[in-house]
Amino acid sequence: MISAFFAIVRRDLILAVRLRAEAVNPVFFFILVVTLFPLGIGAETKLLQTMATGIIWVSALRAAMLSLDSLFRSDFDDGSLEQLLLSPHPLTILVFAKIIAHWLVTGLPLLIVAPLLAVFLGLPQQALGTLLITLVLVTPVLSLIGSIGVALTVGLRRGGMILSLLVLPLYVPVLIFASNAVAMAGNGYAVDAQINILIAILLLSVVLAPLPAAAALKMSMS
Amino acid sequence: MPDHFSTRQSLQARNLSCFRDDRLLFEGLDFTLENSQVLLLEGKNGSGKTSLLRIICGFREQDDGEILWCGNAIEDSDFFAQMAYVGHLDGVKKELTVTENLKTALALGRPGKYSLDQALEKVHLAGYDNSLVQSLSAGQKRRLSLARLLISSNTLWILDEPFTSLDKDGISLIESLMHEHITAGGMIILTSHHDLVLHESYVQKINLSPCH
Repeated sequence: MISAFFAIVRRDLILAVRLRAEAVNPVFFFILVVTLFPLGIGAETKLLQTMATGIIWVSALRAAMLSLDSLFRSDFDDGSLEQLLLSPHPLTILVFAKIIAHWLVTGLPLLIVAPLLAVFLGLPQQALGTLLITLVLVTPVLSLIGSIGVALTVGLRRGGMILSLLVLPLYVPVLIFASNAVAMAGNGYAVDAQINILIAILLLSVVLAPLPAAAALKMSMS
Repeated sequence: MPDHFSTRQSLQARNLSCFRDDRLLFEGLDFTLENSQVLLLEGKNGSGKTSLLRIICGFREQDDGEILWCGNAIEDSDFFAQMAYVGHLDGVKKELTVTENLKTALALGRPGKYSLDQALEKVHLAGYDNSLVQSLSAGQKRRLSLARLLISSNTLWILDEPFTSLDKDGISLIESLMHEHITAGGMIILTSHHDLVLHESYVQKINLSPCH
């Protein structure tokens, strides 16, 4: 079972390296959107500074959503998903492996770029650490919760719109707590409470998300 | 040929029926498949052959009836550890090499009779180990997905039109592999428009002619 888990992670990472152009798409989108804001708003440093948290989080959320469809799409199209479903190993574990690989490819790069872009937008120094911590906690949640939505819509040819409608409401709580934490940290307040809640959300989604995702995949298959 | 499957196994279907969009595909379907037997599904396009295979694989729920593996319901048995499926889709990643694909397949199941190299040799793909699957021809891809049957340990092969896009040599190759599997005590369920050369005594046929 462990070897099956790592085989799937390995396979998806190799695929991401072979399909580089597709894999960097979300990060590229993220950088583009964030850099466009200062151009659109103009040289109003104060305004940008206040909006920095929001801009970064909303762009990160959108970037994560863009990348979601790739989670199961190609496996669905070429029959690899059928083979996953027929494996004697629990599908939940295999789905979890796919989610981890997806996070490594799409979430991890955001962690690296986001602090740089935050400096670029003039986010206060003391908020940078909190931004990084919240990103570490939230990006896996985006992949985990998103996996349920993709699993439900992968059988539909044009599932993009429904996917957004399904997943966005579930993203809202993490968005609220994460951006609140970064904004509070910027003003010099303690953010332990928000961080604790985000940790709880992360742990809950690790335990609870792969299960319905696996069940939804089975449904999408029929 | 030694008997690889010492304990007797069976796949039993009782009173199966399947609807598709309010259209009855088949009903009251019964069959029992035991070691060293082949079940050949016949019928016109749209008669429900693939649907029946997908029901047996558990991708689809039957509308009535039950399927038993060694007397137990499929979910409560080791059915999935004992079966392998090759469907219309090859189930291989075109951006991965031949070996990478087979290694993933191997990790998902349990190691079987043949090693990777032996299996590639068997399906005449030796020397293609490090080729990307997208550079293979359709027939070679098919043979690669059939190689999956050889590297994992399984009793029951479920094959949906296994001869599609294979040339004459490919077809006789797969037939000899099927014959080897059957004489070693395996079971096969397949749909095919191609006449099987397997000995009559192994084969049972079900004709899914439209019931309306």
